[in-house]
Amino acid sequence: MLRVDIEKQLGEFSLSASFASEGRVIGLFGASGAGKSSLVNMIAGLLRPDRGSIVIDGETVDDTAAGIHVPTYRRRIGYVFQDARLFPHLSVAQNLDYGRRMNGLAPDPAQHKRIIDLLDIGALLGRRPGKLSGGERQRVALGRALLSKPRLLLLDEPLGALDEGRKLEILPYLVRLRDEANVPMVYVSHDAAELRQLATQIVVLKQGRVTSFGGVKVLT
Amino acid sequence: MFDISPAEWTAILLSLRVAVIATLVATPFGIALAWVLARRDFWGKSFLDAVVHLPLVLPPVVTGYLLLLTFGRKGLVGGFLADHLGIVFAFRWTGAALACGIMSFPLLVRPMRLSIEAIDRRLEQAAETLGAAPWKVFFTVTLPLALPGVLAGMVLGFAKAIGEFGATITFVSNIPGETQTISSAIYSLIQTPDGDAAAGRLVIVSIVLAIGALIAAEWFARRATQRLHGN
Repeated sequence: MLRVDIEKQLGEFSLSASFASEGRVIGLFGASGAGKSSLVNMIAGLLRPDRGSIVIDGETVDDTAAGIHVPTYRRRIGYVFQDARLFPHLSVAQNLDYGRRMNGLAPDPAQHKRIIDLLDIGALLGRRPGKLSGGERQRVALGRALLSKPRLLLLDEPLGALDEGRKLEILPYLVRLRDEANVPMVYVSHDAAELRQLATQIVVLKQGRVTSFGGVKVLT
Repeated sequence: MFDISPAEWTAILLSLRVAVIATLVATPFGIALAWVLARRDFWGKSFLDAVVHLPLVLPPVVTGYLLLLTFGRKGLVGGFLADHLGIVFAFRWTGAALACGIMSFPLLVRPMRLSIEAIDRRLEQAAETLGAAPWKVFFTVTLPLALPGVLAGMVLGFAKAIGEFGATITFVSNIPGETQTISSAIYSLIQTPDGDAAAGRLVIVSIVLAIGALIAAEWFARRATQRLHGN
C-alpha cells in the first residue's frame, strides 16, 4: 500500500525514513519535532525528498533517481490537517463538494449521504466554517477529504488542536471511518493511547529516524 | 447654482469613461502583478516594485512626457500601434485612459497585493491536496479570498484616474469633448473670466466622487476581514 524510503535535510534537522506497510491504518508515532509532519508532507507531495522514493498503491509518486515527482494535486490523496483548513469563503456544503469538483468526478449522492451520516454533519451544511466549533470543523475536514475519493488518507494530528472533551467526541467517528470507509490511512500522533485505538501498524519516529516498526505492541 | 451645463456634462462623462476603461484594463495586469509581488521571489523584484511605484513619485508632467515620447505618433510603441493596428493614443481619449491607467496603477495594485499576502497559504495547500491544479487553486481559493482587496484596489485606482491631471494634459492636451476631463476643465475654467461658478460645480462633483470612492474602498476592506474569518 505505502512504501517510503526517503532522506531530507531541513536546516539542522535530518530526516531519514524507510518502511513499507500494507496496514489499513499506519500510525506514525513520535514526539513533536521527530519529523512526522515533514514525512507526511512528503507523502502528500507538499515537500520534496532530497533522495529516495515514495510509492502509493503501486504508483511511484516520488523517485529522485528517476526524476519523478508527481505534484500534490495528482496524487489522489486526502489530507486532514490539525487546523482543519476549511475554506472560509465557502459554506460547509461547498467545502465538502470541493474535491469532487476539482477532480471532475460525477456526483455520487449515495456516498455523499453515507459520509455525511457517518460524520453527523448533515445539520451543518448551510453554515460557514467561522460558525463551527473546533470539533465540527474537524469532522467537516474529514468529510471533505473523504469525498474527494482519495486512495490514501493522511491525518496529521487531527485531534491535536482539540481539548479532551472534543477528542472523545471525534474518536468514535475515526474508529467508524477505519471500519466502514475502506480507505487506507496514515495517522500521525504523539499520543500512544489514540494510536492504540486506531492504528493497525505503527512506525515510531525519533529525531528523524525510524526506531521501530510493527503492530501496536511496539508502543509499549 | 447647480445647473450643470452640457459642456460640463461632457467633461464629467468623459472623465467617467476614461476612468472606467483605465481601471478595467489595468485590473487584470494589476492582479497578475500583485500576485507576482506577493508570492514570488526573483532577481530584480525590488526594481520591478520601484518601477510600479514610479508614477507615484515622478512629477506627473514627466510621466506624461515619457508617454508622449513612447506612445505618441512618432514614438516607438505609438508608431507601431498606429501603423499596424490602427490604435492611436496621442490627443485621443484613449491616450487619456492610458495616462490615467498608468498614474493610478500603484494605488490599484497595493490593496490587491496586501490582500493576497494576507491569505493563509496553507489553505492553498489544502486545495492542492483535494486535487486542484495550481490555476484552479488561484481561481477557487486565492482570487475569491482576495476579492475584497481586488475591488478596493479597483475603486482606489478609479478615484485616482478620475482626478488625474498632469500626465494627461501633457500627453493628450486639453481638447473639449475628446481629452478634456473634469480636472482639465476646471483648469481651463479658473483661467477664464466668469468661470468660477462652473469650476465650483465641477469641484463639488470631484469631491463627491472621491469621497464615495474612499467610503467604498473602506467598505471592501472590512468585507475582506470578514471573508478571511469565514463569518
